[in-house]
Amino acid sequence: MKVGIIGYGAFIPRRRIKLEEIAAVWGADATSYKRGLQLHEKSVPGKDEDTITMSVEAARRAFLRSGGVEPERVGALYIGSESHPYAVKPSGTVVGEALGITPVAHVADLEFACKAGTEGMYLAHSLVKAGEVSYAMGIGADTSQGAPGDALEYSTAAGAAAFLFGADEDRILAEVVATYSWTTDTPDFWRRVHMHYPRHGSRFTGEPAYFRHITSSAKGIMERTGFEPKDFAHAVFHQPNGKFPIRVGKRLGFTMEQLETGWLSPWLGNTYSGASPMGLTAVLDIARPGQLILLTSFGSGAGSDSFVFRITDRLPEVQELAPITRVQLDNDKIYVSYGQYASLRGKIRMGE
Amino acid sequence: MLSPARAWREYPQRYRLEASRCTECGKISYPPRVVCPGCRGRQFETVTLSREGTVVTFTVVHVPPAGFEGQAPLILALVELKEGARTMVQLADVPDPSQVRIGMPVRLEFRKIAEEGEAGTIFYGHKAVPA
Ligand SMILES: [Zn+2]
Repeated sequence: MKVGIIGYGAFIPRRRIKLEEIAAVWGADATSYKRGLQLHEKSVPGKDEDTITMSVEAARRAFLRSGGVEPERVGALYIGSESHPYAVKPSGTVVGEALGITPVAHVADLEFACKAGTEGMYLAHSLVKAGEVSYAMGIGADTSQGAPGDALEYSTAAGAAAFLFGADEDRILAEVVATYSWTTDTPDFWRRVHMHYPRHGSRFTGEPAYFRHITSSAKGIMERTGFEPKDFAHAVFHQPNGKFPIRVGKRLGFTMEQLETGWLSPWLGNTYSGASPMGLTAVLDIARPGQLILLTSFGSGAGSDSFVFRITDRLPEVQELAPITRVQLDNDKIYVSYGQYASLRGKIRMGE
Repeated sequence: MLSPARAWREYPQRYRLEASRCTECGKISYPPRVVCPGCRGRQFETVTLSREGTVVTFTVVHVPPAGFEGQAPLILALVELKEGARTMVQLADVPDPSQVRIGMPVRLEFRKIAEEGEAGTIFYGHKAVPA
């Protein structure tokens, strides 16, 4: 039985802040940050946008591309995020109710730093493959924050990507060829209970965390499937900044041509659980039948999920049925000042 | 301010834009009604509204009420959806209210509407954004 993605959608808030705007507030050198992180601007959620609202919109777009799957037939819904609006009360219940997936469905919120989105995809795919449900949805969404002035503040962004999985042969857009996960206990990034902003182990976040997990997971799935980098049309890796995904891709043997389609971070920032899944939506927007796609996420703590997809003949028929990810990224932008950004993100202490 | 119980009862209309269509005269009511304002009929079927419409009229609130603080200027718009139903919604993602025009095409998006302070529940529903 073939199982794969039968619908996908992305949502990017319209607001953006330029890197120079942040650097100016902290007296930092914007040019060296831009060169060092390869970041130009990032998305900023409005006061009325959060993980729940972005998940609903991304999911509605996935349904638009699903060939008319009725929401009540979706048997499982997973929302991966590290910025669920409630500490206790699931995001998934609101999203499920808004989509019409509830009440007969298995619903759960997932957390694993930046890889919670691919976890949801992993579970959704597995449940369909096991025959437990006909359709299952995995969503990655975040409105993450870095402490004011911290290096993370230049990258933490907002966005969501949703994927509907199913086994209807005539609906599959991208067949899942294989999955692979690689996980260790690595203290590179964390946020304790009641803390507003996360902490990170500075240099520790690079080699032993991001690079080690992504290369191990990507090499693992290529060994398992017998594919080599040259077999893939596109490869998407987690995007904490503009620089890392290209560096890890080249180290694994991929070319710029294979990496650039899913490389959104220079203009989007790091959307955490949404990051590599949103990169995948940009690839699905233009991929052609028969092409192979590699997706490898990374979540601090730490772990990497990998997927190999094979594009079917159906994908080109649905690409234009919902907003294209690059079009959302490049158009209708509303630029905000640091003052507006600080207010939107609740960084200003208000009177009681 | 909306109560969590009332919001919960209204999830079908607030979350999924479910309206009632009179089986007698076909008039669509949103929010759903018990008695049809067109023919006094009491039989309805549930229809889900499309999320596309146009601005019929609008007003700008410069001092928003409790629960909507920090959202000034708040733009309230009467939006006519494709099916003919009209709904009063907030117009979001418009940084400058002078950009709003009667007849402007809009789309409804799922958004946070209000919250009961930092410790209370969060109310969700739809807002109009420029299409
Ligand atoms: Zn009637």
